[in-house]
Amino acid sequence: MHKTLVSQVSPEALAEMRRTERRQQINAAIRYAILIACGFAMIYPLLWLVGASFKSNREIFTEIGFLPLAPTFEGYVEGWKTSTEYTFGRFFLNTFVILIPKVLATAFSSVLVAYGFARFEFPGKKLLFAVLIGTLLLPNVVTRIPQYLLFRELGWLDSYLPLWVPQLFAVDAFFVFMLIQFLRGIPRDMEEAAMIDGCRPTQVLIHIVIPILKPAIISVCLFQFMWSMNDFLGPLIYISSVEKYPIALALKMSISVTESFEWNRILSMTVLALVPSLVVFFLAQKYFIEGISTTGLKG
Amino acid sequence: MSAVILRQVSKVYPNGFKAVHEIDLDVTDGEFMVLIGPSGCAKSTTLRMIAGLESITGGEVRIGGRIVNNLPPYERGIAMVFQNYALYPHMKVHRNLSFGLRLKHLPEPEIKKAVDEVATILEIEELLDRLPKELSGGQAQRVAVGRALIKKPQVFLFDEPLSNLDAKLRASMRVRITELHRRLKADGLNATVIYVTHDQTEAMTMGDRICVLKEGQIMQVDTPTRLYDRPANTFVAGFLGSPEMNLKPARLTRQGNAPALRVGGFTVALPEDKAGRLTDRPDGDVVLGIRPPFVELAGPDADGTVEGTLKFVEFMGHEVFIYFDLDGEEYTAVNRIENPGLLKTLKVGERARFRLLMDRAHVFDPKSGLNLTLPVNA
Repeated sequence: MHKTLVSQVSPEALAEMRRTERRQQINAAIRYAILIACGFAMIYPLLWLVGASFKSNREIFTEIGFLPLAPTFEGYVEGWKTSTEYTFGRFFLNTFVILIPKVLATAFSSVLVAYGFARFEFPGKKLLFAVLIGTLLLPNVVTRIPQYLLFRELGWLDSYLPLWVPQLFAVDAFFVFMLIQFLRGIPRDMEEAAMIDGCRPTQVLIHIVIPILKPAIISVCLFQFMWSMNDFLGPLIYISSVEKYPIALALKMSISVTESFEWNRILSMTVLALVPSLVVFFLAQKYFIEGISTTGLKG
Repeated sequence: MSAVILRQVSKVYPNGFKAVHEIDLDVTDGEFMVLIGPSGCAKSTTLRMIAGLESITGGEVRIGGRIVNNLPPYERGIAMVFQNYALYPHMKVHRNLSFGLRLKHLPEPEIKKAVDEVATILEIEELLDRLPKELSGGQAQRVAVGRALIKKPQVFLFDEPLSNLDAKLRASMRVRITELHRRLKADGLNATVIYVTHDQTEAMTMGDRICVLKEGQIMQVDTPTRLYDRPANTFVAGFLGSPEMNLKPARLTRQGNAPALRVGGFTVALPEDKAGRLTDRPDGDVVLGIRPPFVELAGPDADGTVEGTLKFVEFMGHEVFIYFDLDGEEYTAVNRIENPGLLKTLKVGERARFRLLMDRAHVFDPKSGLNLTLPVNA
């Protein structure tokens, strides 16, 4: 069938078809070449970081390539020990002690507030929602000093409380907004069916809304996890004892306290600091994409 | 006792829109009541007020003798089936069915027994371990009915439960739900059903009685046959029945001493009983209502007929739809094909005679739309 079709086509048309095909191939080749080049330029610093973490301090400044000529674990071993009395393990632990309650508190409070805004009518709802969205636009810096003074009065300085407690009050309007958007996309029928089945509003939340919101809640947790992992300013302001430092502060400390910077140690620990976020992201990727794509917060 | 009684029930939304206008409705114990009306007639709102999903802004709702206005849905002794099934997506079918019972902390063996029982009745035994997303529309709807049934409620509320199904499934689910209601009745479980739909076939075939709503007001409540035969007003007359009733302007006049109708230049006599009800009415404009099956094609010399111009003829196999123009008004006639010879003579654009079976016709007031020919005590 195919052959007979081809044989019926005139030689000129065949030549034209071949030319078109060739043009498309060249186009594709150029497109991909540009994309690959751009992609490589983007990822190069990261590749260099990983490569450099296996170099000696001298090689970092003498060789331009990212593949180490004489790979060494020295950066990891020495970096882990740190210049303090604690190993880097301690800072990892501190990071998680800050992070886990913070993530849980965020998820809990954001879901509660979003449920309230998305599903209940109450006086002043519009105004309160406007205020909530308004805080999205408020630069963080504005509240730093009043917050600091408040926590100082409460005697919470040099503890994790200033990092944990605000999260219980759904301070991240972005997360609340994201969950509200997700909830708005879900028909209320299931919740109404549950009410007829005998659920009170809190039971509706626990048995129906939270399971349905799962992808969005996972996205919230993931965002909070990554942002808190990278948070430098918060701990810098409130934590003063080295034994309570999270990774972000510990990395900075390795730069400032040593006289000659051991860059390979810092880079090695930076690589390690990236690992938790990457692991968590890939574990939760499926839900994360689902959560983002159904909230209208794409991109 | 599971009668549902609505007294002067109204619904006003916060923006001032009045959706339901002081309606009174008595649904007796064990009755299958259908609420029907065009979109926006507040049939779903009414149902949701009975369910407790919508607040009642005026009047009272009684279920089984209790005023339930301020009771939450779960204390009203009702179960509801939603249009889009509303199954809990994260629970398997058996969990969906038993969710309500689990909330009541019933013992596990009892729950299992109830689930099995309902699954057998609805033939969903093999679906119990599936998630809702693995069910077809018809299966999901059966599960949704099962979830209502398992609670053994006093009152079943259905909110357009079949409108998401295809025509064939809809027909079989229709029969299934009606049968289920009869079976429950036979088993001594006198469950009252309130069923919202916009599909008149569902309404006519399923309901013991039908309540026709328009813009938040009840137009008529009666059995399907009486609604069809004795519509109280032009709205009900035009809403039920397919093809629609011919509702055409006419003039009340006298033929001798008896009231008669002037239709498109022809005078049509009224049967005695109908004429009797119109004797006191002065001559003037009225609306003639006659269903297409009662407009019969007649031979060219037939007496007491009207003559119109043929516009279009549709052969449907066992019957024929004839559209004709009578003095600028388009009428529809649906006739069984009993006289093929007569049909063959029909040509579009030519004149043909039709007999209006006036004992099945109605005369309506053109302003209020009320049926003037209904027996007073009917």
